[in-house]
Amino acid sequence: MNDDAKKPIIVLEKVSKFFGSFRALKDIDLAVNRRERIVVCGPSGSGKSTMIRCINRLEEHDSGRIMVDGVELTGDTKDIDAVRREVGMVFQSFNLFPHLSVIDNLMLAPRLVRNLPKPERRERAMHFLERVRIPEQADKWPSQLSGGQQQRVAIARALCMNPEIMLFDEPTSALDPEMISEVLDVMVDLAGEGMTMIVVTHEMGFARSVADKIVFMDAGEIVESAAPGPFFENPTNERTKLFLSQILSH
Amino acid sequence: MSFDVHLIIDSIPRMLEGLGLTLALLILSTIIGLVLAVGVLLMRISGRWFLAWPAMVYIYIFRGTPILVQIFIIYHGMPQFEFVRESILWPIFRDAFGCCVLALSLNAGAYVSEILRGGVLGVDQGLLEAGKALGLSTRQRFVYITTPIVIRLALPAYSNDFISMLKATALASTVTLMDMTGVARTIVAKTFAPYEIFIGAAIIYLVMTWFIQKAFGLFERHMSRYVKKET
Repeated sequence: MNDDAKKPIIVLEKVSKFFGSFRALKDIDLAVNRRERIVVCGPSGSGKSTMIRCINRLEEHDSGRIMVDGVELTGDTKDIDAVRREVGMVFQSFNLFPHLSVIDNLMLAPRLVRNLPKPERRERAMHFLERVRIPEQADKWPSQLSGGQQQRVAIARALCMNPEIMLFDEPTSALDPEMISEVLDVMVDLAGEGMTMIVVTHEMGFARSVADKIVFMDAGEIVESAAPGPFFENPTNERTKLFLSQILSH
Repeated sequence: MSFDVHLIIDSIPRMLEGLGLTLALLILSTIIGLVLAVGVLLMRISGRWFLAWPAMVYIYIFRGTPILVQIFIIYHGMPQFEFVRESILWPIFRDAFGCCVLALSLNAGAYVSEILRGGVLGVDQGLLEAGKALGLSTRQRFVYITTPIVIRLALPAYSNDFISMLKATALASTVTLMDMTGVARTIVAKTFAPYEIFIGAAIIYLVMTWFIQKAFGLFERHMSRYVKKET
């Protein structure tokens, strides 16, 4: 483990990704420092999800380099496993295991991947369920929970692996409006504790208050990257201006 | 035309003497078939042509021919070959019971592997991605995520196949075996009362099917306990 706080924990260098002949990512360069919070936004189809999915290799990049905590992602399964253990991910559609109770969802990976003994697994699971404020739901099935609760369970499940980095792929896009804030609150807490986070979202309020840096993507490229203040007040790129005018106009 | 209810009632206990053989055929073939099916399924979804291709040929052959024809080929056809008679498998091919179990198992293997494949295709890819993101290996994802969900998805079709298997065991009577249908045929040969005797046999099969349906229904309910009921 590299504790050098100044060295970026995630580095993407000239990363490109094709789906057939469609170029989903074009020479992406991105460096994320420890404890840094990055919000990625942009129109749909701009490659935001693809980019963060490359970081834990749910997608394979076709060229360029991706380094996560000193490990380069290549085809090597050992490296991929090492990276996935350090990187938690939260999906738009929650993806809780429907056949396992809430607590078993949280305890599965610590058992299979970390070989933690049962009392410790349970303790850790309850700890994180309390952190996402739903310890009373531990023995329910995921299907009995609301969308917001399910997403909080999904966050707790990722945290049970004690990841260094958390990736959020549009975590509130599938939620009813009244449930969005309960999920964002948990994410704000997490940010306050110094978690390294990359969040793909359209929640500009969250971006403004939490992000160290906002990355705007369009057509597979990072077209603007700035702290929230300059990003919202003085966007330099025309596409960013257009996007902001579209989503902030109401 | 005469119709003798007493004959039905009298024949049922005698046909039940064939119940043990019917059940033995059913249970043995089902278990062997299930093991085969899982193997064939893994070959089919392995993504390697040299495994997937033989699996598809096997499924095509056994789904594409009548079980009766398969039993005849195995029972009457195979012993003609010297190498079969000299192989260690000869005790199976020599014996009508062995031949029937073999034919029924191979059949079940083909059908059930397709049922399971439907289940595997029905598993939400997002769940497997979540498993990947948590660091689960391919094998762990298959065992802890795919398998339990496939069992739930495949059960309704599987129970259907199980009942088909029960009825297919009746074909064993064509190669001298005294399963329930075999016993029924013998009684018919003596009493010349096919109507009553076969109705008696039908009643037994119906009762068995009722129990099988109930058991699978309970199992399905258990496996679907986590699914939100649509109201």
